[in-house]
Amino acid sequence: MKLLKCVVRPNALEKVKRALSALGVMGMTVSEVKGYGRQKGHKEVYRGAEYNIDFTPKLQIEVVVGEAIAERAIDAVKEAANTGNIGDGKIFVVPVDQVVRIRTGEMGESAI
Amino acid sequence: MRSSPHSVATAGCGTRSRLGCVVIGLACWLVPDVARADGLDSGDTAWMLTSTALVLFMTIPGLSLFYGGLVRSKNVLSVLMQCFALTAMMTLIWILWGYSLAFDTTGMEAHVVNLHSFVGGLDKALLRGVGIDSLTGTVPETVFVTFQMTFAIITPALIAGAFAERMKFSAMMLFMALWTTIVYAPICHMAWSGDGAFFWDKGVLDFAGGTVVHINAGIAALVTAVLLGKRRGYPDTVIPPHSLVLTVVGASMLWVGWFGFNAGSALAANGAAGMAMLVTQVATASAALAWMLVEWMKHGKPSVLGIVTGAVAGLVAITPASGSVGPLGAIAIGLASGCLCFWGATSLKQKLGYDDSLDAFGVHGIGGIVGALMTGVFVTESLGGTGLAEGMTIGSQLGAQVVAVLFTVVYCGVLSFIILKVVDGLVGLRVAEDEEDRGLDISLHNEQGYYSEV
Repeated sequence: MKLLKCVVRPNALEKVKRALSALGVMGMTVSEVKGYGRQKGHKEVYRGAEYNIDFTPKLQIEVVVGEAIAERAIDAVKEAANTGNIGDGKIFVVPVDQVVRIRTGEMGESAI
Repeated sequence: MRSSPHSVATAGCGTRSRLGCVVIGLACWLVPDVARADGLDSGDTAWMLTSTALVLFMTIPGLSLFYGGLVRSKNVLSVLMQCFALTAMMTLIWILWGYSLAFDTTGMEAHVVNLHSFVGGLDKALLRGVGIDSLTGTVPETVFVTFQMTFAIITPALIAGAFAERMKFSAMMLFMALWTTIVYAPICHMAWSGDGAFFWDKGVLDFAGGTVVHINAGIAALVTAVLLGKRRGYPDTVIPPHSLVLTVVGASMLWVGWFGFNAGSALAANGAAGMAMLVTQVATASAALAWMLVEWMKHGKPSVLGIVTGAVAGLVAITPASGSVGPLGAIAIGLASGCLCFWGATSLKQKLGYDDSLDAFGVHGIGGIVGALMTGVFVTESLGGTGLAEGMTIGSQLGAQVVAVLFTVVYCGVLSFIILKVVDGLVGLRVAEDEEDRGLDISLHNEQGYYSEV
């Protein structure tokens, strides 16, 4: 099992969600995050005071998938979130030891 | 004829027939002057009751939200609390001694300078003699007392913008109690208590409080900002407003409430009130657009904070002029205040290096001075104003305005400084560094504005 932590542009969420659903992904967790990479920040001006805001708002989509579809899921996110411009984000792929469904106690891939 | 500010001396705009009471309506038509020989005008009274509510609405919640949105989320409650607590405290001070110091006319005589040219006596302390039948002009004195009370409430609340995010609550309350007594009430007396009052006798025009409220608050704000010192991290750390939405809502409420402030200062429902309402609207619109355009040119984008701050600058600047100028003067005053307050809140502040957190001086101090001086010019009939008083020229009127501005700047500046030093000695002005870092909401009030489940 793999955990995909996908940091993407906020407006990419809908496309990413649709692409993953098409692969049979049943759930995901989304959080609003801020950060910077190559894109750097932006400028804000309040009553003439200019601030360079380093951290740009992004969404982090966390989704756990079985080994069978892991590669395809990575490709799907990569394609859905890509605009070709700096700031499209990153996908971090992390191995997952175990998954437990709290309600039933199921474990492993059937608990995803 | 001299335009009539708040003053207690401007009694009586004539008796008129009124149809308020159906039963005696016919009698009113037949014998117009008999129905209310006591001089009370129900139309005027109705408008003044409304205006009073509008001006209170400017402070809570108008100014509270305007300021509350501009601070960081960890300090939002501290600002709302300051405005609310000041509203309560000023109410009591006003009826105990404030109203008397401002509006008691004992010992005053036209063109005689004595102690009572500068401050009222204590004959009206505890509102002695103010009953259900006492009148100020054509309205009940109770209404006049409450109307003026709302001005005494908003003035110290305006100062709060300068020391936001770092002043002790106890020090703030103590400072404001002393400041209202020693600074606000006397300046109010000099401008509005009628014949014998220092500014009044000089023919100073301050219809709704450009000098009394805005220059006064602006100068006290500057002194407070300088004495308290900068917020930790200013200007290197990012300190952006936490909710411009609240700020826009608050600024919009200020705009609406200001009709009570300015048109209410006619103390009557008459032509002067109508013109005050019109020029208030026009100047505010002009200043909002001026600030927006200047900022657009200088920083590349028109900003929301810019346009609403410009509107407040226009409201401030038209305040002293609203009984004296016409719509064209209002446009000029609006454009000038929009540009100059932008300069005050941005370039001037950065150049001099003080941390006026929410630009109380930049908007109210500068805007008040711009308005006070331009009133002296645009009052003239040829520029669309109501006309200079007999014997006045543009030069002498402008001179009177300059005297009132300078006197207020010096008096308020020096006294505010002394009061702050005394309060600093008694309780200390500033919160501890770790309290400031944690935010005043938690450290001073044990509360959070935005509670999260975790």
